[in-house]
Amino acid sequence: MSALEVRGLSKAYGGVQAVRDVSFSVDAGEVVALIGPNGAGKTTCFNLLNGQLRPDSGEIALAGRSVVGLRPHQVWRLGVGRTFQVTATFSSMTVRENVQVALLSHHRKLFSLGKPAGRFQVEEADALLARVGMQQQAARPCAVLAYGDLKRVELAVALANRPRLLLMDEPTAGMASDERQALMQLAAALARSERIAVLFTEHDMEVVFNFASRIIVLHGGEVIAAGAPDEVRANPRVREVYLGNA
Amino acid sequence: MSGSAVLLQFLNGLAGASSLFLVAAGLSLIFGVSRIVNFAHGSLYMLGMYLAVSLSGTLGFWLSVPLAAALVAAAGLVIETTLLRRIYKAPELLQLLATFALVLIIRDAALWAWGPEDRLGPRAPGLAGAVAIAGRQFPQYDLLLICLGPAVFIALYLLLSRTRWGTRVRAASQDREMAAALGVNERRLFTAVFALGALLAGFGGASAIPREPASLQIDLAVMSDAFVVVVVGGLGSIPGAFLAALLIGEVKAFCIGLGYSELTLAIEFIVMAVVLVFRPWGLLGRPLAETRGPGTLQPPLPAPSFLLLGGLAVLLAIVPVFAGPYTIVLLTDILVFALFAASLHLLMGPGGMPSFGHAAYFGLGAYTAGLLLLRAHLPMELSLALAPLAAALGALVFGWFCVQLSGVYLAMLTLAFAQIAWSVAFQWDRLTGGSNGLIGVWPAPWLSSKQAYYYLTLVLCLGAVALLWRLIDSPFGYALRAGRDSPLRAAAIGIDVRAQQWAAFGIAGLFAGVAGALYAFSKGSISPETLSVPRSVDGLVMVLLGGVQTLSGPLWGAALFTWLEDSLSRGVEYWRAAIGAVILVLVIAFPRGIFK
Repeated sequence: MSALEVRGLSKAYGGVQAVRDVSFSVDAGEVVALIGPNGAGKTTCFNLLNGQLRPDSGEIALAGRSVVGLRPHQVWRLGVGRTFQVTATFSSMTVRENVQVALLSHHRKLFSLGKPAGRFQVEEADALLARVGMQQQAARPCAVLAYGDLKRVELAVALANRPRLLLMDEPTAGMASDERQALMQLAAALARSERIAVLFTEHDMEVVFNFASRIIVLHGGEVIAAGAPDEVRANPRVREVYLGNA
Repeated sequence: MSGSAVLLQFLNGLAGASSLFLVAAGLSLIFGVSRIVNFAHGSLYMLGMYLAVSLSGTLGFWLSVPLAAALVAAAGLVIETTLLRRIYKAPELLQLLATFALVLIIRDAALWAWGPEDRLGPRAPGLAGAVAIAGRQFPQYDLLLICLGPAVFIALYLLLSRTRWGTRVRAASQDREMAAALGVNERRLFTAVFALGALLAGFGGASAIPREPASLQIDLAVMSDAFVVVVVGGLGSIPGAFLAALLIGEVKAFCIGLGYSELTLAIEFIVMAVVLVFRPWGLLGRPLAETRGPGTLQPPLPAPSFLLLGGLAVLLAIVPVFAGPYTIVLLTDILVFALFAASLHLLMGPGGMPSFGHAAYFGLGAYTAGLLLLRAHLPMELSLALAPLAAALGALVFGWFCVQLSGVYLAMLTLAFAQIAWSVAFQWDRLTGGSNGLIGVWPAPWLSSKQAYYYLTLVLCLGAVALLWRLIDSPFGYALRAGRDSPLRAAAIGIDVRAQQWAAFGIAGLFAGVAGALYAFSKGSISPETLSVPRSVDGLVMVLLGGVQTLSGPLWGAALFTWLEDSLSRGVEYWRAAIGAVILVLVIAFPRGIFK
């Protein structure tokens, strides 16, 4: 059974068909890239997967369990972590507190009125931060971080509930080249060691071809190609879309 | 009810709907282009009424109506150019606060000009009689009013869809930056739209004088009705406002016609609730785009200086030894309002929810305490203990609807709820004593001295504030703040933001209820003032004065405000207007956020 199984997914906004009859699957431990030109439907696809949008039709299953109709916070409970195209963190909190809040949620303590949140799971939070190389900055407010560092905090937050599926929407946008490689290396290593299924969108083709074991190409809301990097690279339809000639 | 009586009530409802539509349409138009919810819109309506009543004495009714409307439009022009123009880029909360300051100023101005008594308008010459409809008498003038709503609706529709100016208004409503980039002169457009909105409100008020007298309470009553209408119809939608005005107008008419005028507001509330459950953005409205962004930049919440506060607590504990009774009463008030402000801060600060109706829970606590004591004959101590639960329950009921929304929608809804609570207290004579309120709400004998009651208040208020602070520091408080910082991220890590906010409403209501019950026993009486909208705004000013991004700020704000109000209300006749003026000066002087 695949970690993520998508069948016949469709979503329209008014008259615009943003996603049309999209089907694919991602296995545990696999790193899959979802690529396509701007407006191809990548972010819509992600928003459908984590419950921010409701599909018009189609099926989404996590390890065999349907998640269609669930809200984002419910989807997360089933093991879906997510990073956003524009980073979303809690700006009034420190780096460590951001991770602690995710851990509180994981341990179902969101309505606890007990001991201060800042004393909760400090070691676990720091261990997560260490994995993304942010332990030195644990006490800094999120509001002052560099963009690349925020992306890494988001990754640590997304890992807090040991996800089975990690959705990364343009994880390396706004980062320097060597930072990009490092972040994706980390994600790929996590996927292998923790058997996490990773689905990411990316504009940087170097990153895509270096790290994806499979690539799905969206165009106009439809899947026009899917397969190993070499197959996709050789696909005439993909070349047409990206290079404008056959 | 016979068939003809139903028909007559239906026509009555249509007449009321016309006035409602005029106000709501103006509110919607102004919000559409400037993104400002004009809390003073009901005040402009009231101004239209008073002006028309005055002018009709010399000019006659028919001339007074358009002239009053024009004068209100001119007032709108002045308000827009001198005040609103300076705060278009200010934070939402300050904008709302500034327009509320206008409510205070306009009400006191009307009090100064026309006195506290209701002013009856003339009948419309030529339409003073009645016509027979289905064998019953129906006022001729109301038939004209029935036509007025649709006529204005059609005129607005034509203005917006068939003229160049209307195209600019619609462009600015949809995308302000783009409209500006395409050469639409924003300044003039904003001014014109505000004046048009004021004209409609003034016209609505002036044309209503043959039906009802001008009174000082009409401003907030009309405003909360208009809020209900735009929330039901969808903010920014003129057809929605029309539809909702008809709906609400009919609901009101039938409640009154059936002899359940006390239930009017409760039924209005239920209609609004049903609509919001099925269409959170109103019948014909669209969701506000910015509510789903990655989040806004929020400053951290520093811990207060416990040394300073501990010292202060000790000082407060020894004050009665050397202070006179007057100081003790003032300090009791300050403590009560410090708790009130701290409970509001939970919603506004960590919760990120601008509540304009927090006094509802304060009042609910006060009234419940009084009723348990006087009507259920419970001991004072038990009444004091149970009253906050009623406030919490009320906050949970109102809050459930409020947390479905955010930003200005939420602010409007909280205010509408508070106005409903006020009206119930004001109208339900048999239970609440109506406008006279309840008297004889005295504490138990062992607490009857001012000193003893002061110590009770000190212990309960400090204890409650300490609990609130601990709560803000707890996992619950962090999850609440997470939902404010970034709703998107919060949901993506399993936080049900609405559930956190809803619980926060209940908790804030509980603590406001404690403050309200303490207040009731300290005064010995309760009046509808206790839960009026101005009291809610007092709370907002306290929190903003002290700083919404700090924990102890609201306490200092409450102390300063309560002391200021106490001094002003004894020395200055129009002290509400004075407070309004202070708010305006502060907002204009620091449009990017006053009390950081």
